[in-house]
Amino acid sequence: MAKQLITFTINGKLTESYVDPRESLLDLMRVDLKLTSVKHGCDVGECGACTVMIDGETFDSCIYLAIWADGKTIITTEGLTSLEGEMSDIQQSFVTEGATQCGICTPGFLISSLPIIESDKDFTREEIKKQVSGNFCRCTGYQNIINAIEKTHDKRKAEGLNHK
Amino acid sequence: MYDIKNIYQPKSVGEALKMKNEHPEALLLAGGSDILIQIRDGKLAGSDLISIHSLEELRGISLEDDGTILIKPLTSFSHVTQNPLIQKFIPALGDAVDQIGGPQIRNIGTIGGNICNGVTSADSASTLKAYDAILEISSVDGIRVLPYADFSKGPGKVDLKPNEILTGIRILKDSYENTYGKYIKYSIRRAMDIATLGCSVNVRLSDDKKTIERLRIGYGVAGPTPMRVPTAESLATGKLISEQLIIDVATATLIDVNPRTSWRATKEFRMQLVKELCKRALKAAINQAGGTI
Ligand code: FES
Ligand code: FES
Repeated sequence: MAKQLITFTINGKLTESYVDPRESLLDLMRVDLKLTSVKHGCDVGECGACTVMIDGETFDSCIYLAIWADGKTIITTEGLTSLEGEMSDIQQSFVTEGATQCGICTPGFLISSLPIIESDKDFTREEIKKQVSGNFCRCTGYQNIINAIEKTHDKRKAEGLNHK
Repeated sequence: MYDIKNIYQPKSVGEALKMKNEHPEALLLAGGSDILIQIRDGKLAGSDLISIHSLEELRGISLEDDGTILIKPLTSFSHVTQNPLIQKFIPALGDAVDQIGGPQIRNIGTIGGNICNGVTSADSASTLKAYDAILEISSVDGIRVLPYADFSKGPGKVDLKPNEILTGIRILKDSYENTYGKYIKYSIRRAMDIATLGCSVNVRLSDDKKTIERLRIGYGVAGPTPMRVPTAESLATGKLISEQLIIDVATATLIDVNPRTSWRATKEFRMQLVKELCKRALKAAINQAGGTI
């Protein structure tokens, strides 16, 4: 199928790409742009390994057509690290809390945690669980993931760092 | 790469209607959380699609002059839940769609897609039935208006002609005004699961809060399509609120439903849920309305 030009912002960078209209956003991220933090898991919107942030909301990129990304602002886990490659607080917290083992689910969980850690609202553990309920982890048993998100949120809040 | 034969990308609703008329076999792609998955599955592989995903004119919720709430069909589940009009007037609908899938699915899935695919388990369907939603259906020939009650034609089948597109979902003021609702979903998992049974009740009480003026009960998975239970509803009309009345209404729901056995649950268990969820939802709705049982 004839490729189509789309323009979007990815991790702060305005980007143009020619995409096949049958291509998923997951393929655009991983294959075309080499943003391999976006993981290829189930391919049917069940596991959340491919989660990206689009215009402030989380989506499974495997069931999102690349052509829909035209004009959008996208964030992947690559966008969380500093330019020097240093980890952000939420990534460090996943390490400290033992919230990552094999790691395939981790980037998806990190993106799904953004609506929580960027908000100055208070969240119960149940609310955190609900926000990451579209992300599966086969290794950690979830508790450490919830801890990492909760601690990062609370720390940011104490320091007045939440944006919203 | 998805196995898609052709994908048409209209820039306006008018263009979408023309394309649907020229390619009646093409499927409308809204959020994609059903169709793209079925393409992956092979069931819809090789389909022609019309992507209406980017038609912003089909998104959003507004209040019309006469107090009708208009929900545009491409409004995502999460936007339905967060919408101030829904929170104020029909919170049961916001709650219902907040129980679909997980956050990512609620951000992509659309309320119009949920009812147009016609499945009985659609979480929005029982509540929209219970609030007597009215559908606006468009084609190149014009617009027709259809009660949602008459839309379901069978499992996965709805009254939508090959050249038609759902363009609006309306809830009249009389349906929501002074009315309190509650949706309860029973599912095996709390997230990422479809309903074993869903029950949506809304009630309007008399001024002294002692009598049920109007009761509406919608179900998902209690039959081949989302449905209402008129026998139980009319039994409640004008009756004094009491523990016994709630039992009588819940028992009467069984007359109209027709659930089946599936791997999720047996028919008998679903019958039990039909009755029990009605009791719980009705009590919650009466309490919200200021009544006491
Ligand atoms: S790979 Fe997208 S949800 Fe599993
Ligand atoms: S760390 Fe292995 S799946 Fe989550």
